[in-house]
Amino acid sequence: MEKIATREAYGRALVDLGRLERRIVVLDADLSKSTKTEYFAKEFPERFFNMGIAEQNLMGTAAGLALAGKIPFASTFAVFAAGRAYDQIRNTIAYPRLNVKIAATHAGLSVGEDGASHQALEDIALMRALPNMTVIVPADAEETRQAVKAAAEHYGPVYLRLGRMNVPRIYGNDYRFILGKADWLRRGHMATIIACGLMVAEALRAQEMLAAQGLEVGVLNMSTIKPLDREAVMEAAETGAIVTAEEHNVVGGLGSAVAEALVEMKPVPMKRVGVQDVFGESGSAEELLTKYGLTAGAILEAVKEVIRRK
Amino acid sequence: MLQEKARLIRQDIVRMIGAAGSGHPGGSLSGVEIVTALYFHVLRHDPRRPDWPERDRFILSKGHAAPLLYAALAESGYFPKEELWTLRRLGSRLQGHPDCKSLPGVEISTGSLGQGLAVANGLALAGRLDGRDYRVYVLLGDGELEEGMVWEAAMAAAHYNLDKVMAFVDHNHLQIDGRVEEVMSPEPVAEKFRSFGWHVIEIDGHDFRQILAAVEEARRTSGRPTVAVAETVKGKGVSFMENQVDWHGVAPKPEQVARALAELES
Ligand SMILES: Cc1ncc(C[n+]2csc(CCOP(=O)(O)OP(=O)(O)O)c2C)c(N)n1
Ligand SMILES: [Mg+2]
Repeated sequence: MEKIATREAYGRALVDLGRLERRIVVLDADLSKSTKTEYFAKEFPERFFNMGIAEQNLMGTAAGLALAGKIPFASTFAVFAAGRAYDQIRNTIAYPRLNVKIAATHAGLSVGEDGASHQALEDIALMRALPNMTVIVPADAEETRQAVKAAAEHYGPVYLRLGRMNVPRIYGNDYRFILGKADWLRRGHMATIIACGLMVAEALRAQEMLAAQGLEVGVLNMSTIKPLDREAVMEAAETGAIVTAEEHNVVGGLGSAVAEALVEMKPVPMKRVGVQDVFGESGSAEELLTKYGLTAGAILEAVKEVIRRK
Repeated sequence: MLQEKARLIRQDIVRMIGAAGSGHPGGSLSGVEIVTALYFHVLRHDPRRPDWPERDRFILSKGHAAPLLYAALAESGYFPKEELWTLRRLGSRLQGHPDCKSLPGVEISTGSLGQGLAVANGLALAGRLDGRDYRVYVLLGDGELEEGMVWEAAMAAAHYNLDKVMAFVDHNHLQIDGRVEEVMSPEPVAEKFRSFGWHVIEIDGHDFRQILAAVEEARRTSGRPTVAVAETVKGKGVSFMENQVDWHGVAPKPEQVARALAELES
């Protein structure tokens, strides 16, 4: 099966969008080859602005462009987008509710060899805590393609979290991404795995392995983390046990968002698969995902544990 | 002697990144003479006592040039040279970007550009408070100068008369997306620092005599920080990497490593 990185799908989607919509402008911070905004830059040089290695200025400039009616997509690595430019995003984009799309690539451990300084494991938490912000973590190329379009059509700040690594295809073009709606990929009555990003593929593998052992569990792709699809979380709670899976610190990310909704609506046994409140390190993406327990196997164990606790 | 060290360090850099299969050769190679001069002639340091309070400090603000720092540390004796070949591997102390918790000799973790000069200022302020006379050296990239924080720190260093701080700008004219002048020009670099209150020296960053003379001049300069704006060649020493933007962050393949090492033999 052909694997493709969500950043690659983003780069291509931007070009399509640029053809349809003249208000789309793209900004980068000296990483256009990596974030794949270089495709847009090549096609529409007059609507592309390289701000250099200056992420705070990147966000501020995007805010100005949005203020004047443009639809800016601002891209850099997730650590520098969400981290370095946090106050600019908070005070000059989210607070005035400007129509800026922050497309942050190289999120998570799957950055690999560059190590901890480049592995954003807290960006979902940071962005999720901002009023007005929409947070999307697409699971594959097709979902990314549609999410980019949906982000452009939605008025307001959006944080799109994208990855460096090639990931398996989950959706065909018959899929329809709806902002704020989770997607039930599998139904099962014994527990539900709620996942986002590259962990959706792992969740599907875990589901198969569990099914082979006679355990029927559902898989819910929570690609919009904010606003959270609370109805879908309620439905998941009906299965009596929940495991979340994310390429992010378990503090403040998808697992936290789901837990917050659950305790207020219908608490059930739950376990969060994710990075356990530590920084990452250098290594290949595969090695790191294994070492930090971001695998189908780890999800499987977590599911068995929550089922036992039912 | 310094020339010979520089040659060894270039070989280490190429072999290390080749073995790792990823990393940043271009900006590691352009800073070789500056870092070699510092570690083997300028710094007051003791590899057996990396936490010696009186030591001079070196901060690699452009943290992606980690292989350069690691080679200098290994050649100085901070850790066994064999460890260089573990660069970027799972469990290695030689992280993709320098990690001060894992590796002795690394003063501060870097990798997020633009932050090293502020840390140098902090070290210099502490040195002044504690009555210590250590000096703090910082290596900045020219693309890195685009970060606003560099200029916040530049302002502060002059404001606090931090004459123990000396910065080097590795002015190789390239960043990732192209020439710095085209992506986001930091020019005129020397004049900017001058107007921020710094003592500015313009040098050839591959000429040891000029580097050492600049260090001497910085020592003699009191009341303000000094910056050496060092004209350099990205990928210096490996013909097919020189001035090539594409060698910013790509590892040489085995046959390219062999070619580069052959060039660095003579
Ligand atoms: C805050 C931040 N933004 C972006 C990056 C990604 N990045 C790594 S190296 C680099 C280019 C650096 O160019 P320069 O400072 O000129 O370094 P050199 O040419 O010496 O390698 C960029 C953009 C980063 N490491 N940190
Ligand atoms: Mg440069």
